[in-house]
Amino acid sequence: MRSRSHILFILLTALVVVLFAADMMVGSVGISAKEVLAALMGGGDPVTRKIVIDIRLIKAIVAILAGAALAVSGLQMQTLFRNPLAGPYVLGVSSGASLGVALFILGAPLLGIGGSAWLSTVGVAGAAWIGAAAILAVVAAVSQRIKDIMVILILGMMASSGVSAIVQILQYMSNEEALKSFVIWTMGSLGDVTTSQLALVAPAIIAGLIISISVIKSLNLLLLGESYARTMGLNIRRTRSLILLSTTLLAGTVTAFCGPIGFIGLAIPHVARILFRDADHRTLLPAAALTGAVSLLICDIISKILVLPVNTITALLGIPIVIWVVIRNKSIV
Amino acid sequence: MIRFDNIRLGYGNRTLIENLSATIKRGALTALVGRNGTGKSTLLRAIAQLGDVLSGEILLDGHPLQELTPSAMASMVAFVTTDKVRIANLRCRDVVALGRAPYTNWIGRMQEQDKAIVEQALASVGMSDYADKTMDRMSDGECQRIMIARALAQQTPIILLDEPTAFLDMPNRYELCTLLRRLAHEEQKCILFSTHELDIALSLCDAVALIAPPELHILPTDEMVRSGHIERLFTTGIVEFDPQTRTVSVKEK
Repeated sequence: MRSRSHILFILLTALVVVLFAADMMVGSVGISAKEVLAALMGGGDPVTRKIVIDIRLIKAIVAILAGAALAVSGLQMQTLFRNPLAGPYVLGVSSGASLGVALFILGAPLLGIGGSAWLSTVGVAGAAWIGAAAILAVVAAVSQRIKDIMVILILGMMASSGVSAIVQILQYMSNEEALKSFVIWTMGSLGDVTTSQLALVAPAIIAGLIISISVIKSLNLLLLGESYARTMGLNIRRTRSLILLSTTLLAGTVTAFCGPIGFIGLAIPHVARILFRDADHRTLLPAAALTGAVSLLICDIISKILVLPVNTITALLGIPIVIWVVIRNKSIV
Repeated sequence: MIRFDNIRLGYGNRTLIENLSATIKRGALTALVGRNGTGKSTLLRAIAQLGDVLSGEILLDGHPLQELTPSAMASMVAFVTTDKVRIANLRCRDVVALGRAPYTNWIGRMQEQDKAIVEQALASVGMSDYADKTMDRMSDGECQRIMIARALAQQTPIILLDEPTAFLDMPNRYELCTLLRRLAHEEQKCILFSTHELDIALSLCDAVALIAPPELHILPTDEMVRSGHIERLFTTGIVEFDPQTRTVSVKEK
């Protein structure tokens, strides 16, 4: 029974390694495996070395981190809200993060706050976290009172629409320079993360993942619903705060530096469930993280081959999975 | 043993039960009956610390409820709620294993002893053969048995069940209550369940707790039948209760 998971874990890990290598070879200039290896060892052609290390290596690392982060945040939200269609993008968490970033990028110049690259990196991250946390807090508060899945999803959509309206107002009021840097952010991709930003992104995502590992047992108890979880000794308030904190760090950070990436958070936990045929988060959480990393690496490779933004690829690959989930769970509607 | 000490129960301005001082014994199966909306679930949830009483004190085996931490509660009271658990890929054995949560480490690692307790709980509800089935492929009666096995795996002296017989057909209702009765007697547990099945309560339970707003009476079953409380509560313009046959029937015009 468990040997299936062992084999799958080994396969997925191998796949991450292979795709990681492939992701560094593919791009506007093809670089052979030998050259990539040489560049990573610090040898080879200096231009190739620069491309491999400064651009592709970071991008591949970001793809792994972001894929794992989005998938784990989606998994946690689906369990916490007991809603198979929950995910950072659908419930408006990514929008909340976008609003935070918009307020920071467009608002800071209006208030005359300028500053160093470091300040803007921390500012963008902080603003995204606050925005994501605010939306999550609202969704969590509402879902406490309203158990209807559709109502929560519609509220998430409304939150997204409301946020984009506010963002448009901000854009309308902003000067050209701020507007340009915001528009570039919205088109954001995995490749926009710089080495110095990675120094913030990686620890934030790893912290989020560590928190999510610490709540694995609680997530399993929450499968049975809040009442059952509480009668089995779960401290619901603490658990809820930790899950929301972890989701904020994971989804907020990714949105802040890679722009809004849809459907990974919603679809990948379901792919992990199908592959592993398990509901235990001790299996599902690492499974979702690995599947997320694999998926985003694949999406990145495809996006480089077709020269398209990665958001479009995740959407096109994620939508069929989401439709399948909706049809299979038609009783929930 | 559950002791109520001058309890007032309700929500907001509405009082459901007041001046309740009584004891529910261990080693006995007690049915909680009453009309709709008279506070059966509210009382059960209060005992499980999922809700509050307006005033008074509930004592579990002599410990006041408010002094018990969530983890102490988890080894004292197990609750079977009306929530339906129909999660794909969630195997019955895993659900029952969750009952060991109060005793396992931070990630929920099961020791040999825990595994043995889970298998024993599955066996005592007659569901050993279903252990590897997933919860979304079970009938209501089977699900209910698994949830009871989970409560047994929690190894608590007190088990509360909120309408466990709802959604079950008649043979299943009797089988389930016979199972609860056997567990109460053989394992000396204090089992309290709410139900609308008066005939089951009167034929299988050792005691009956009856809510006649704003009072709650707890009496051994035979005394309850003789007390006249049941007639007063369940006789309406249409139906009447006959203490001789212990049944409710439609009044003859």
